[in-house]
Amino acid sequence: MSKTNLTRRGVLKSGAVAGAGVALPTIFTASSAAAYTNEPTGGTVTLGFNVPQTGPYADEGADELRAYELAVEHLNGGGDGGMMNTFSSKALKGNGILGKKVEYVTGDTQTKSDAARASAKSMIEKDGAIMITGGSSSGVAVAVQGLCQEAGVIFMAGLTHSNDTTGKDKKANGFRHFFNGYMSAAALAPVLKNLYGTDRKAYHLTADYTWGWTQQESIAAATEAMGWETVNNVLTPLAATDFSSYIAPVLNSGADVLVLNHYGGNMVNSLTNAVQFGLRNKQVNGKNFEIVVPLFSRLMARGAGENIKGIVGSTNWHWSLQDEGSKAFVKSFGTKYGFPPSQAAHTCYVQTLLYADACERAGSFNPCAVGEALEGFEFDGMGNGPTLYRADDHQCFKDVLVVKGKENPTSEFDLLEVVEVTPAAQVTYAPDHPMFAGGSLGTCNPGA
Amino acid sequence: MDAIILQILNGLDKGSAYALIALGLTLIFGTLGVVNFAHGALFMIGAFCAVFVQRVLTLSVETVDPTKTDFLGNPLKVKTPYVENWFGHDFGSAIIDWSVPLSVLFCIPVMVLIGFVMERGLIKHFYKREHADQILVTFGLAIVLQEVIKAFYGANPIQTPAPEMLSGVATLAGGIVYPVWRIVYFCFAALIIGGVFAFLQFTTFGMVVRAGMADRETVGLLGINIDRRFTIMFGMAAAVAGLAGVMYGPINAPNYHMGMDFLVLSFVVVVVGGMGSLPGAVAAGFLLGILESFASTTWATTTIPGINQIIIYLVAIIILLTRPRGLLGKKGVME
Amino acid sequence: MFGLNKKDSALLLAVAVLTMLAPFILNPFPTDSGLAQFNAGYPDLMQRFVIFGIFAIGFNILFGLTGYLSFGHAAFLGVGSYSAVWMFKLLSMNIIPAIILSVIIAGLFALVIGYVSLRRSGIYFSILTLAFAQMSFALAYSVLTPITNGETGLQLSLDDPRILDGASTTGSLPVTSLFGLEMREAVDMAVGPWSFTFSVGYYVCAVFMILAFYLAIRIFRSPFGMMLRAIKSNQQRVSYTGLNPRPYTLAAFVISGMYAGLAGGLLASMDPLAGAERMQWTASGEVVLMTILGGVGTLIGPVLGAGLIKYFENIFSKINDNVLHGWFSFLPDGIEDFIVTIIHPFVGKGWHLTLGIIFMLVVTFLPGGLVEGGQRIARMFRGKKKTGGADAAKTEAAE
Repeated sequence: MSKTNLTRRGVLKSGAVAGAGVALPTIFTASSAAAYTNEPTGGTVTLGFNVPQTGPYADEGADELRAYELAVEHLNGGGDGGMMNTFSSKALKGNGILGKKVEYVTGDTQTKSDAARASAKSMIEKDGAIMITGGSSSGVAVAVQGLCQEAGVIFMAGLTHSNDTTGKDKKANGFRHFFNGYMSAAALAPVLKNLYGTDRKAYHLTADYTWGWTQQESIAAATEAMGWETVNNVLTPLAATDFSSYIAPVLNSGADVLVLNHYGGNMVNSLTNAVQFGLRNKQVNGKNFEIVVPLFSRLMARGAGENIKGIVGSTNWHWSLQDEGSKAFVKSFGTKYGFPPSQAAHTCYVQTLLYADACERAGSFNPCAVGEALEGFEFDGMGNGPTLYRADDHQCFKDVLVVKGKENPTSEFDLLEVVEVTPAAQVTYAPDHPMFAGGSLGTCNPGA
Repeated sequence: MDAIILQILNGLDKGSAYALIALGLTLIFGTLGVVNFAHGALFMIGAFCAVFVQRVLTLSVETVDPTKTDFLGNPLKVKTPYVENWFGHDFGSAIIDWSVPLSVLFCIPVMVLIGFVMERGLIKHFYKREHADQILVTFGLAIVLQEVIKAFYGANPIQTPAPEMLSGVATLAGGIVYPVWRIVYFCFAALIIGGVFAFLQFTTFGMVVRAGMADRETVGLLGINIDRRFTIMFGMAAAVAGLAGVMYGPINAPNYHMGMDFLVLSFVVVVVGGMGSLPGAVAAGFLLGILESFASTTWATTTIPGINQIIIYLVAIIILLTRPRGLLGKKGVME
Repeated sequence: MFGLNKKDSALLLAVAVLTMLAPFILNPFPTDSGLAQFNAGYPDLMQRFVIFGIFAIGFNILFGLTGYLSFGHAAFLGVGSYSAVWMFKLLSMNIIPAIILSVIIAGLFALVIGYVSLRRSGIYFSILTLAFAQMSFALAYSVLTPITNGETGLQLSLDDPRILDGASTTGSLPVTSLFGLEMREAVDMAVGPWSFTFSVGYYVCAVFMILAFYLAIRIFRSPFGMMLRAIKSNQQRVSYTGLNPRPYTLAAFVISGMYAGLAGGLLASMDPLAGAERMQWTASGEVVLMTILGGVGTLIGPVLGAGLIKYFENIFSKINDNVLHGWFSFLPDGIEDFIVTIIHPFVGKGWHLTLGIIFMLVVTFLPGGLVEGGQRIARMFRGKKKTGGADAAKTEAAE
């Protein structure tokens, strides 16, 4: 039968050797050597910056990466120190983290949960990253957060706005500084009431996936509580590029407010289409027709051009804020790169500093110690006023900005004006709020 | 009733874009027998012609305005476009306002040139190769083209607004309100489609090309240089895709991956229409556009949840199973 | 050996040896050197190499043998992943039942889609499969969220029943295992400045891939494979001889769907999360590209293609300016910046560009894919022995 000189015995033997090879790892696992995953042993510590570098959010990812590089520079004592000077905690000394020089690796999430996990895994397995941070969508944030929990490293979420990230999908190793759908709604509702009154009929267009649903739910609940009526909620496919067939029915629906629960390219296109159909100049029920975009991003607002003028939304942070922290950050970012940072850049920068500070205060890189230092941590001077990292769900509670598209921008960056700074107390909710129920943090996992 | 007419209008609009891209794809497939996965990229480049023209027209002189400050507290640099300096404020800003229609003029030679270069430089070598190889090479080209655009213009969408005059809404008979530019786009598409058909039908050149589509070898034996004509056809197909892209800009802001978004859809359109059939491509484009619009209505999505997500593919499956060669396809093409 | 002829045995053996030694082969550079960036020998990427290898091998059984170009194969991979994760959630963290179920479900799914799609051929078939896959993706992302968990992807949670495993008490998620042998276990071996990682998960996948590869060889060499090739070269003639080609093509379609299901199941076993993007047309397109890039209809080609694409996705995308400056820091400042500026567009966020260029170069100059490239180089070396120095220059030019 066999035409080669390989005998059955020989194959069996090599099989046995291979089998023994496979069995080996159980004996020699790394678990005995280190106290936790990727414990830094040399003079450096590696952070993993996992941001979208290709795909529709690449520009946002690029801005996040700039912020990370700036944060690393500041942590290592370079530059002007940025927010480290205004941060209420003074644990950071500009000599790296716990005396170790900060190094970093970067990866591409492609805004796909699979690719993001692959990229994060390579940072953990190959590069020895002790913390993963970044991302520009909730799907990715939840997926990577889950991975970090299993691998035993800390995840500091980037831009993720879904209630689920610190709601039903919260994890002990994951922390979010960015705000969420509920907070947007709680901040927007009073402003909308002042601007447009209590007798309004709202028509929702919602991106047909988890983030869109949680935001729509939040906004509908908050606006209904102040007397608005939700006429209709239409789900739009993520892949949709032309929203005309969703906008056209709004014209005759009797609604006088259009809420666009879209982000990124979806938001740019649906807003553009809505303006095209003359919704902004329309009169319904004797009132001016209004458009609301609950989650604004300046980068995307730029893509929407003229169309955002006068449109109300909420944002995590804006460079025009005049507190010391924001000014310091805008100054060092603007000096280095020549333009002001976006909210994505801000949250990523702050997350990095918060992580480093927690390590300093804990005196260790052990994820459990770091997590403990972050839980219930109160700080100030990071651009959002006094902030609390709540222990129950690892969500930051801070002021939320309600913004409006500026009518007369003075420059290409000056697109939004802050209408109101909603204080943290007004957007705080109970940890067991029904919109956030269903998950549990579990216990912190230090890995190996 | 109004709602139905509105959705038909929306469908015609979407259909215009589908039909124009599918028309170009079919021209290339029908004449050259090449499956061009870079066709979506040509559409995208067309749209970025408008962005380019807009950027050129708004090239500005910077003057420092000491009364205002920028975000770092330095004196603000105010930009004034050169065209406003040269032609006066009013005429200059009018030129900028009309940048999209102006870029149509710019787009045609650029796209024809890109078409020629693509055909002579790359596609030519793939006439005799398998469709799989053509797909791989044109897909690679599409990636390269869109990455180059991304390197220059970033990943975010860039607005190319319609002229002020054409950007409002029009009130049609029966009190239906519809955006002017979308009507313009439909008319423009109809014009181009009509032009292409007339060109193929009534000129000697078109006649030869049609003969070549039917039987390339025989036409070659008659001593006609069919290759050169096919190159010109490729340039024309590229120009059609490019024009579809330029005029699409004001409807949705161009971004670097818009080509890929349209690519799959336009292939579905071509196949539903019937490979190699120009009227089929156009008919299928409008048909799918209208069906997609109707599937997006609340009535449709409440009857069948998620129908708006899948309608195009569902229709494609049904048509291909009931009419094996698509709506107007001929027997034996690419089976 | 195992009913294979000499050449095939050698090929199988070579593949087996290469996969077994992959942790060494893929980590050729010392850990501290600048070139360590190019090391691919870490568990996740090695697992991806072999899993996508399986996917591409299966795809090639359909495309390479019958010529039917499916543009919706990722749907089967996605379905396989979802089934596997559901098994982890409901039954047990053991990967065997999960993989069995994912292969079965993917097979059934392929049977239904194949039965309908194979009524047409050529590009009409491609579009039908594409349509089915895109529908699966769109629905999984939105309407089917209760089953698929939509955007986030289906993942494990603490309160899953897991009937066979009993309730978890540790407060952390259980990990996938093969009868208690955890997939994420790994051992590091340091040899001088080098470091090699041996992961259980990788070797499990590798064994599956060798089996899959062996099965593919058998199918290629079997009368069934002959029949498929006959269909590819002239379907009409096959019909005229009184044979109905449909059952054969359908069988090939289902087999390749099951390969995709196996790949999906293994992906979920290594990392228990199933995202809807796995089913998107770009993912289907990726496996087509892998196969063509490697060499359609060849045994080893698809595996090479899969490796190359995954390597780019995971290694090139991680090279940033910081790394580039690190490499070229020995050069004078001006030249360093210049070189970094030149390379910058092709790495990091520009990895797509490099991949696109490689597609074009390979298909233009190596019509048979990487396999042909390998053959040409081999031929040159052989030629060099015979004719001596004259060909040495040519060999260099090829490199």
